[in-house]
Amino acid sequence: MNDVAIDVERLARRYGRRWALSDITFHVPPATVMMVAGRNGAGKSTLFRVLSTAIRPDAGKASIGGFDVVRHREDVRKLTAMLSHQNYLYDSLTAKENLQVAADHLGLRRNGVGALLEQVALNSRADDPVSTFSAGMRKRLSFARILLQEPRVVLLDEPYGALDPPGFDLVDRVIRDLKSRGTTILMATHNWERSSKLSDMALVLEAGRVVWQGAAGEVMEHEVKG
Amino acid sequence: MMLAAALRKEILLQWRTRSQMMAVFVFGAASLLLFSFAVGPNAEMLRTFSAGFLWLGLLLSSTLTLSESFHSEMENRALEGLLLLPSDPRALYYGKAIANWLQLTILGCALVPVMVVLYDAGTTQLLKLLLIILLGTAGLSAPGTLYAAMTAQVRAKQTLLPLLLFPLIVPALLASVKATSLVILGDPMQQSRSWIALLGAFDLIYWSLCGLLYGRVVEE
Repeated sequence: MNDVAIDVERLARRYGRRWALSDITFHVPPATVMMVAGRNGAGKSTLFRVLSTAIRPDAGKASIGGFDVVRHREDVRKLTAMLSHQNYLYDSLTAKENLQVAADHLGLRRNGVGALLEQVALNSRADDPVSTFSAGMRKRLSFARILLQEPRVVLLDEPYGALDPPGFDLVDRVIRDLKSRGTTILMATHNWERSSKLSDMALVLEAGRVVWQGAAGEVMEHEVKG
Repeated sequence: MMLAAALRKEILLQWRTRSQMMAVFVFGAASLLLFSFAVGPNAEMLRTFSAGFLWLGLLLSSTLTLSESFHSEMENRALEGLLLLPSDPRALYYGKAIANWLQLTILGCALVPVMVVLYDAGTTQLLKLLLIILLGTAGLSAPGTLYAAMTAQVRAKQTLLPLLLFPLIVPALLASVKATSLVILGDPMQQSRSWIALLGAFDLIYWSLCGLLYGRVVEE
């Protein structure tokens, strides 16, 4: 059973005088994958940080599963997992220890950690410190952390960034797997072609505003026109 | 449960960066040595001021320890990651504050032999001295952890942390110095008990208030 939708209404957020997001409105139905496209600085990461409750909006409303991201922060966090540019990992700890720390804080048993590392093809490096990992390996480990959380909503900020071709396939596999389990996914990406094949809906941001939204299959036409 | 998880993580992180602890100890010992140069070769004066020098050395070293304890939390926004899991900010605070407290207690105990050698300031009341170090370092670590969190994201954190922390911990520092001094120099009027009680009272205030405020400090 998964009925968690994302609702965003006239959302705005600024850094100092500059509006990073303004008047953003969209709706993601439950168990849907929506890609969020846009150039660097378009506001994708800010949008994801607001939805994950890492930062607060300056105007408008956003809710996940009916829970407001400002007033019901804890409830939103219980439902949501985010893959961020900052990978949320401790460099001095090993891959296994990083997942164990997350499992401990989630109140989960640690014995699922090995299987997750195998799933992201990091089992051979489980006992190596993260400081020795490449950017792609860190991203894989961050994916394992998300899977550990078993979230109902996943926010993926540049999931393909820093990955090699097998890594791309891994991301596709994870997204398909999450989708098949009914997880609602919001994915910010520059890889329009690849993401549009996995997504149901698409949203294009430009200078903090929504300039296009529709079916994911049509987003490539928008790019060509743009 | 959450506190145990936070404490386990902190101890693991401290163990991985244990070479830092050695550097902080050397810094503290060097401070004690420099204080002895400032007084000169007057054995009586050195002994009289030994408690103050010990706590000043510990205080200066503590800013390094406290500031460093947030380095790993900030490098990949790991603290934000824990908050989003979600984790209780109070559990994260107490986990870190207890780990810092342990580290400062070990440092304090390690600096005592240095003080004895440099200032000829020995005592037979080791348990009482340990109690004072435990309470005194608790008074440093509780507000120190809060302020280290506040300053962790600013550029001038190494300067800002002592500027904010030192005025706040003056009462605890004063009580620690007085109680330690009485243990070393003799306590015919049994005054150390009241200083220890005062130190305990300040600790109680620091540990309760800082735990409540931490959530506001780390969340936007």
